[in-house]
Amino acid sequence: MSDSPSASYLPEHPPVTDWVHDFDHTDPVWTDDPFPIWETLRAASPVVHTERFLGCYMPTTYQAVKEIAYDTEHFSSRRVIVRDVRPEISARAPPITSDPPEHKPAKQVLLPPFTPDAMTRLEPRVRAICNELIDEFIADGHCDAAARYTKHIPVRAIAHMLGIPEKDGDLFIKWIHQILELGIKSEDEMMNGVREMTGYFMAHLEQRKLEPGDDLISQLLRAKGPGGQPLTDEHVLGSLRLLLIAGIDTTWSAIGSSLWHLARTPADRERLIAEPALIPTAIEEFLRAYSPVTMAREVMKETSISGCPVKAGNMVLLSFPAANRDPAMFPDADKVVIDRKENRHAAFGLGIHRCVGSNLARMEMQVAIEEWLKRIPDFRLDPAGKVTWSEGTVRGPRQLPVLFGKNA
Amino acid sequence: MSKLKIRVDQDKCQGHARCKSLAPELFELDEYGNAHEVGDGTVPAGLEDKAWLAQTNCPEIAIEVTEE
Repeated sequence: MSDSPSASYLPEHPPVTDWVHDFDHTDPVWTDDPFPIWETLRAASPVVHTERFLGCYMPTTYQAVKEIAYDTEHFSSRRVIVRDVRPEISARAPPITSDPPEHKPAKQVLLPPFTPDAMTRLEPRVRAICNELIDEFIADGHCDAAARYTKHIPVRAIAHMLGIPEKDGDLFIKWIHQILELGIKSEDEMMNGVREMTGYFMAHLEQRKLEPGDDLISQLLRAKGPGGQPLTDEHVLGSLRLLLIAGIDTTWSAIGSSLWHLARTPADRERLIAEPALIPTAIEEFLRAYSPVTMAREVMKETSISGCPVKAGNMVLLSFPAANRDPAMFPDADKVVIDRKENRHAAFGLGIHRCVGSNLARMEMQVAIEEWLKRIPDFRLDPAGKVTWSEGTVRGPRQLPVLFGKNA
Repeated sequence: MSKLKIRVDQDKCQGHARCKSLAPELFELDEYGNAHEVGDGTVPAGLEDKAWLAQTNCPEIAIEVTEE
């Protein structure tokens, strides 16, 4: 942060001393290692509350998370990030910010481009992207795998799907940082990011109207809404905003956490190299144990969750990552078991808001890990470097210094 | 061994596609990526383990496996 913070920044959050009654998912202790905190919260109650963020609950068990995810009557998706402020709702991103009955038609138009079959067609390009990235640093014997590898894979894949230059990816990364991280505490940062992104996509929209193609922007412009009419520009822009915000640092985080685990666990690395057919199963376990995405809901009507009363006007930190570490649901929940057979993890959400890009994320993760292990089978964390983790809504390594090759 | 039959509950399926990935012989996806059982859902001999694997990995618990 700069030496003279903008006036729009709210005061820094005081450090947490009582996690059960005053939790804060932006506290540096949580950012660094949230797992013991979740255990403490879960032992206290299936639902905990904090006065921070203008009042916010957090379900701590798989069961409580599931009850909220399935209950669209009491819990709205109109706000999907827990923040210090709750301004009027402006920049919507359907369908993630939609509730029934608007949700279903908004989601239906986005589903066909993200089926497993569509991802199979995209896979060769993603494999090439991974190899182009590895080519740039493999001779060095070291790299920051977050900055040089995991960060760029989803950005370039989405750019490819949208038919926009892959080199514009750096812009996307900047906007996402403004919206998802700085935006928790600054409305100005969030709105600047949203404004720039909207302007950028509006230009692409106008261009596609003149010269339609096979890309996803053109597909959305051709798509029909529930009454058979074309989607409004506002709707298309909202969905593009969603694809970018939801599709990039999430998968970047998931690939990064997987590599972080493998860098520290030679036995798992060796097993996946010997048995590559196990990689998809291992990916599911990485998704469970290191789920990147925490969502939010807003309580619209008083109700109770797992026996705990919840009151309207509060937000809910909907932690799929904490649900996935619940020992009542997953035996040895805190162990990473790469051949775990039974794994109903909720990394992509539960219920109607299941991540529309889950097939894309899985394909990117699998290809990214396969290509990395083929070319860099032996690697470890650089003891001279520092692993850092993103704050807030999406969790994954933002610096991941590793040694390999001559330094392995 | 008794014969198994599978059925995907269309009200519960949200298109996670875990079943298609784990047991492609037993499930197919529609244009939106939602799953359906292949044919009448009868599980051919030798694929029983895959049917159970799909059932135990569905996050929405949308797959019913019945023994006939």
